[in-house]
Amino acid sequence: MNSILKRRGRLVLVAAFVAVAATASGLSVKGASAAKRSNITLTIDVFGDFGYHDLYKQYEASHPGITIKEDTEDYAPHHTALAQHLATGAGADDIEAIEVGFIAQYAAQPQYFVNLKSYGAKNLKKLYPAWKWNQAVARNNSVIGLGTDVGSLGICYRKDLFKQAGLPTKPAALAKLWPTWSKFLAVGKRYQKHAPAGTKFIDSGSNLYNAIIGQANPAYYSKSGKLIVKSNAKVKAAWGLTMKAFKLHEDLGLSAFSNDWNTGFKKGTFATVTCPAWMMGYIQGQAPDASGKWNIADVPGGGGNWGGSFLTVTKQSQHQAEAAALVKFLTSPKSETYVFKHTGNLSSEIPVLKSKAVQKFRNPYFSNAPVGKIFANSALKLKPQILGPHQGDIQTAASNAIQRVEQHKQSPAASWTQFLKDAATAAGG
Amino acid sequence: MSAVSGTRDAGGATPARLRTRRKVLRRLDTKLSPYLYIAPFFFIFGVFGLFPLGYTAYVSLTDRNLLAPVSHFIGLHNYALLIHDSYFWNAVENTFGIWFLSTVPQLLLALVIAHVLNTQLHARTFFRMAVLLPQVTSIVAVALIFTQLFGHDYGFFNYFLGKFGVHHVYWEAGRFSSWVAISTMVMWRWTGYNALIYLAAMQSIPEELYEAAAVDGARRFRQFIHVTVPMLRPTILFTVIISTIGGLQLFTEAFLFSSRSSGATGGAGRQYQTIVMYLYEKFLGSTQFKFGYAAAIAWCLVLLIALFGLVNWLLVSRIRSAET
Repeated sequence: MNSILKRRGRLVLVAAFVAVAATASGLSVKGASAAKRSNITLTIDVFGDFGYHDLYKQYEASHPGITIKEDTEDYAPHHTALAQHLATGAGADDIEAIEVGFIAQYAAQPQYFVNLKSYGAKNLKKLYPAWKWNQAVARNNSVIGLGTDVGSLGICYRKDLFKQAGLPTKPAALAKLWPTWSKFLAVGKRYQKHAPAGTKFIDSGSNLYNAIIGQANPAYYSKSGKLIVKSNAKVKAAWGLTMKAFKLHEDLGLSAFSNDWNTGFKKGTFATVTCPAWMMGYIQGQAPDASGKWNIADVPGGGGNWGGSFLTVTKQSQHQAEAAALVKFLTSPKSETYVFKHTGNLSSEIPVLKSKAVQKFRNPYFSNAPVGKIFANSALKLKPQILGPHQGDIQTAASNAIQRVEQHKQSPAASWTQFLKDAATAAGG
Repeated sequence: MSAVSGTRDAGGATPARLRTRRKVLRRLDTKLSPYLYIAPFFFIFGVFGLFPLGYTAYVSLTDRNLLAPVSHFIGLHNYALLIHDSYFWNAVENTFGIWFLSTVPQLLLALVIAHVLNTQLHARTFFRMAVLLPQVTSIVAVALIFTQLFGHDYGFFNYFLGKFGVHHVYWEAGRFSSWVAISTMVMWRWTGYNALIYLAAMQSIPEELYEAAAVDGARRFRQFIHVTVPMLRPTILFTVIISTIGGLQLFTEAFLFSSRSSGATGGAGRQYQTIVMYLYEKFLGSTQFKFGYAAAIAWCLVLLIALFGLVNWLLVSRIRSAET
């Protein structure tokens, strides 16, 4: 017994050490790259798939002496690690990708980033829609990042389910049927009347809400950076429409990115999904057998945005000029066109969106829909939204509030009150 | 000491000075070297154990934010805020609820399993190894698989319950049901481990005690209650304390049980957010990066574990000791 106790004690100790060491290494220095002047290694830290690998090879071939190394992580850990690396002053890569949900927060800390204006970024301003450009401009007017992709919106829908419910199945006809979100819900009502057994019109209330709020400007923050969740009628309207979908029993109430949601794609239990450009890849991954059953139509209410990123150069970089040059190459119209064709991430640059390569692009999985045209036009129509530092947290609070209603845990009114409280807490610090 | 110097008398030729020097060295050797031998441990413990503890305590007294360039000393303000933070107390309640639901059945079950394994079974070693198997699986894999089993629409448990006409349970949405689901993961992983510890302790109980009990007319069940359990008291105490420490630090199972869109809140209504999850939410799980506040939560957790460990120790001590 005694020896077991001892052994167990030692085990616990070892476990404790491992845990502490793991925490410590998270904060430790990654090891500054000791590159020689003539032979430079540039590091770039991204999340998910930015589709850059072929471009790196091209760049290395045309720039002898430069080697590019990419680090990839998931969305959340990437941004968490970035905060740690910036705060501790060590460990950040030369180039760091930042998603739109975090960009406002980092734009408020320009001391960590190289002002790309000093490397000729000013001339690139005309490529971008003003809103995309301004999202990465700090209060001191320094440009901390250049835009990569944009998550413009469409509605992905199941043709076969629509047909069974007696609805039109052509994208053009549907776009005419739902110019606004309340018309969209009216179509949903028609769908539910003759819906195939066990299916609903909408997958998840929070996905619907995200799309609607993505079109609102201002949404959570006013121009002066004040939190206006409570006073903004547009937020309340988005909430109201979501609650209406729930009351009309059009909402399946799944939690986005959950197992049940993923299985829902495979089994075809919902007829529509609000679809940012990057969602196309997700659907194809979840339901490879459903090729040809999905189609894409224009989103109600004009353009909208959900996602999109920026490339920044950190002050920690030992090769800031070289890194800035690489960022300019990766975000050039030529590179962004290449990425769209091969990975599907839609460029945020106006000339690319208007180019033939994008406008003519069709996707066979989505019944050969002209996805390039749909998403590019949605991006061009997009109205800019003012972002605040805690955008992401408020969005999470909203998703949770909607789910509490969907799961019958709270009344819509009580859930709304708690959402307002959570949003205020999130923005408070 | 004196015995050693007595056997090694160097003779009268050695100058007295040398002798005293040697004496001092010898003295140093016996007095100091044990400390030197254990010094590496304390050095590492200091760097990785004590320093983080102290530093966390210091940070908890500041308004430090990971991204803000400066921070200020604000005394106990974080703790004052924490006491009035209803989400913190919600997390405390959840943690204790899940701890209770997972630990009590787990230890009772472990006792029973150990008792069974202690009898003359066929393929005893096989069964003894088998109960330890869940322990070698990755905690992440366990959490992911159980999350699927507890799925609402297509989960195995709901499918199974459906066979008996029970409506689909929304495991993740309900407070109690989510606690049950998470407790199941914890139990699955740790019951066999505790059973083996009990088994080892049972094997060191002298056979004579059982013989004496049998002579006194005690059947197997009474032997178990009146001989086995009291003899296991120190072991039970140990497992209770260890599971208290582990249970109050519960994170991975609950964190992975939630869908990605709800972040670290532990369900839409925070119905299963544990203390460590709340700490994580404040520190890294959101765009808040509140280092100071998270440090205060960490220290409150330490105090809670110490307090709760003490209470458990007092409770378990009431099991009639074998010696009395």
